[in-house]
Amino acid sequence: MHTDNQEVLRFENVGKSFFGNQVLKDISFSLEKGKILGLVGENGAGKSTMMKILFSMDDIRETGGYEGAIYLDGVRLDFNNPMDAINAGVGMVHQEFSLIPGFTATENILLNREFTKRSVISKAFRGKLDTLDRRRMHLSAQEVIELLGVNLDPDMFVSNMPVGHKQFVEISREVNRENVKVLIFDEPTAVLTESEAQVLLHALRTLADRGVAIIFISHRLQEIIDVCDSVIVLRDGELVKDVRKEEGYSVVQLAKWMVGRDVESKSARREKGLDNADDIVMDIRNLWVNMAGELVDDVNLSIRRGEFLGVGGLAGQGKLGIPNGIMGLAEAGGTVLYDGKPFALNSPKAALDLKLAFVSEDRRGFGLLLDEPVYWNVTFSSMQVLNKYLKRYLGVRLRDDKEMRETTREYINSLEIRCVSEKQKVRELSGGNQQKVCLARAFDLEPELLFVSEPTRGIDIGAKSLVLQALKSYNEDKGVTIVMVSSELEELRSICDRIAIICDGKVAGILSADEDSEKFGLLMSGLRSDKESA
Amino acid sequence: MSGLIKKIGWPRLIIGLFLTGLFIACPFVGVNIQFAVNDVMGRFGMNLVLILSLVPMIQSGCGLNFGVPLGIVSGAFGAVCSVELQATGFMGILTAMLIACSFAIVIGLIYGNILNRIKGDEMIISTYVSMAFVGFMCLLWVRLLPFKNPLLLYGFGGSVFKPQIPLSNHWAGVLDKVLYFKIGPVIEVPVGLFLIGALCCFLMWLFFRSKLGTAMTAAGSNPEYARAAGVSIDKMRLISVVMSTSIAALGMIIYYQHYTFVQLYMTPINLMLPTVAAILIGGAAIRKATITNVIIGTFLFQGVVTVGPMVAGSAFGDIADALRLVISNGMILYALTRKEQR
Repeated sequence: MHTDNQEVLRFENVGKSFFGNQVLKDISFSLEKGKILGLVGENGAGKSTMMKILFSMDDIRETGGYEGAIYLDGVRLDFNNPMDAINAGVGMVHQEFSLIPGFTATENILLNREFTKRSVISKAFRGKLDTLDRRRMHLSAQEVIELLGVNLDPDMFVSNMPVGHKQFVEISREVNRENVKVLIFDEPTAVLTESEAQVLLHALRTLADRGVAIIFISHRLQEIIDVCDSVIVLRDGELVKDVRKEEGYSVVQLAKWMVGRDVESKSARREKGLDNADDIVMDIRNLWVNMAGELVDDVNLSIRRGEFLGVGGLAGQGKLGIPNGIMGLAEAGGTVLYDGKPFALNSPKAALDLKLAFVSEDRRGFGLLLDEPVYWNVTFSSMQVLNKYLKRYLGVRLRDDKEMRETTREYINSLEIRCVSEKQKVRELSGGNQQKVCLARAFDLEPELLFVSEPTRGIDIGAKSLVLQALKSYNEDKGVTIVMVSSELEELRSICDRIAIICDGKVAGILSADEDSEKFGLLMSGLRSDKESA
Repeated sequence: MSGLIKKIGWPRLIIGLFLTGLFIACPFVGVNIQFAVNDVMGRFGMNLVLILSLVPMIQSGCGLNFGVPLGIVSGAFGAVCSVELQATGFMGILTAMLIACSFAIVIGLIYGNILNRIKGDEMIISTYVSMAFVGFMCLLWVRLLPFKNPLLLYGFGGSVFKPQIPLSNHWAGVLDKVLYFKIGPVIEVPVGLFLIGALCCFLMWLFFRSKLGTAMTAAGSNPEYARAAGVSIDKMRLISVVMSTSIAALGMIIYYQHYTFVQLYMTPINLMLPTVAAILIGGAAIRKATITNVIIGTFLFQGVVTVGPMVAGSAFGDIADALRLVISNGMILYALTRKEQR
């Protein structure tokens, strides 16, 4: 076991901004040989940006590089592409597998590093026609698999393996390299079963003991506690905590650091809570939604009339599936009662006719007619659903462009949509203004229940607060029930009455926005606090 | 200036200049410019509605209708039926239109359902649908239709249709003759033909200002958006296909009445590419077309293919037809390569 406290990797004041939007700020930490560093943070906290910087990915360089410096073995990094990083001894195990299904485990592990045998022919062709030394390859793969402590057949085709084994093959490939100094594991246990995860954690320890420095990213906080020597917590691009195991920390503390300060500014929230726990506008029972990447398994949720309900949770857990399923945009099933009456799923028209509206997270897909003018975008839905903007000429109902434009101008003023005129094509607007157009469209539908999905994703801070403000006043002044789905918990807590956290396609729990941060953190991590599970 | 050029578009500007050049060249190679003007007017009028028929399918997102021969064949069917029924004059052309449109609606419903199954590959599939259907109709022309009128059939017995059926005794030119006047000894202005073309364009314009037309445009612009607004994409597409096919049938009757012949067998296929090319030259994109695109495209395309051969024929003699093909198809090719990218 290595006992020398030799520093392998150091970040010094590393920062990164994309187009003036600071996503990573002043990150400094160091990692020693043979140590495991836990990296935790919510989606969008800057974890993957950090790793991309370390690997010098294209999108970092193309957007102007990064601030600060990174040192590997005391040498300042100057990588030009990910291959440089790999050659320098940095390895990464990805969330998505990059394996060749039709190759065996051995072939995948040793891909492009195969042992070869020389022959007369290959000598003549300068090594291009060397034959594979399958025996040595098999031994090498066997060795690394044993090191990890898994039961895996090196000659099995990857396509025939269960997910857990694929993950181990992926890991074996990184470990097998001769010079590997730093290994990054990006949520390796996400696809593993409990027992497989234990094996993996054990393997991490073994690797660390052999002198490899490891960065371990996981949302499973208990694993972080079990295996890591120290933990850094990222929140909103900042390093908020850097603690060593000796200092001691609990799952609850980690969750709290990760999710953030207790909300100081609750100004956006209504003064007193709503007293309407019995007035249910929509009752969702056993909802399932088949939406790629956002499967909803079994959601039970009662939406109270007039409330501002938040729906949070980590990416991919199914929170986006809920509004898409209800609005008929994704295949769905289950029982939904609206105003006590059965509600037809899988029909956008039926949902719209009942005065539901939806601002989609997929702005460019479901949200906008990019090649049409702003006023079309704002008024089209209400023309189709409510027969607005139609005027009779000699008995024929025709579109009233003038009225459409006038209404749109009102929204342009009230929502501060920045555009040349209402005739400008939406494609030419910025993300924030496109989002406002989406909101205007939903408002123009005069909904009684409004679903809003990721309304602030990819828009700048100014537009963000305006969008939230608009939603809030729409909720309070017009009494419209709003269900807002967002990955940003802070945002939900600043505006919603109640927040439902979705985990694994189910409602993990519903909390009042005032609840402590750690409770949210625990629900998001799939753990229930004692009170909840009782 | 550059803004204006951008608005007109380089392809239209260059083809326009080329057409002007052709007219200027007429007297120098010994072509009577009055003949040229007369022919361009006539061909513009007779093709306009046919080319207009492409608009609904483009707007609904079905792309360029390479299935236009389906409408054309329907038109031919309506025309031969009216001849069989001995209907003449205005009654004759109305009968032809009625039968042609009814036939086209049925065909359009089938065709539309096919296209709804293969979203994204409409253009290539519709080409093959055309080929197959025109081939199938050849079977009818050869033996399956129990028609009796000797004007339609070969005289050797059985029921084999002639490839060219004259309409001069039925309803050829009935629209041309409405409000018709002459300028000088040669130029005849077919006012009625223009009026019906203008009426069709106006109705089409109105349609796209209705709720349905607006929904159709949105369905073509972004199907997902339209679906989220409660619009049934398949229904919009089906309606657009039925519209395109029946308007093409109508356009074909108008075409025949000016042309004075009905052409059967494989000729509908020959009209497919020129029809599509005309609207593209007019500035339409694969998912967006306006009435202006139709009018400009029809004029420029028909102008080039009419005057081009006249000038080339007089100037170069027997290689004229080859030159005509090179010039007209070269122009189409040029327009297509310069097409605005989406």
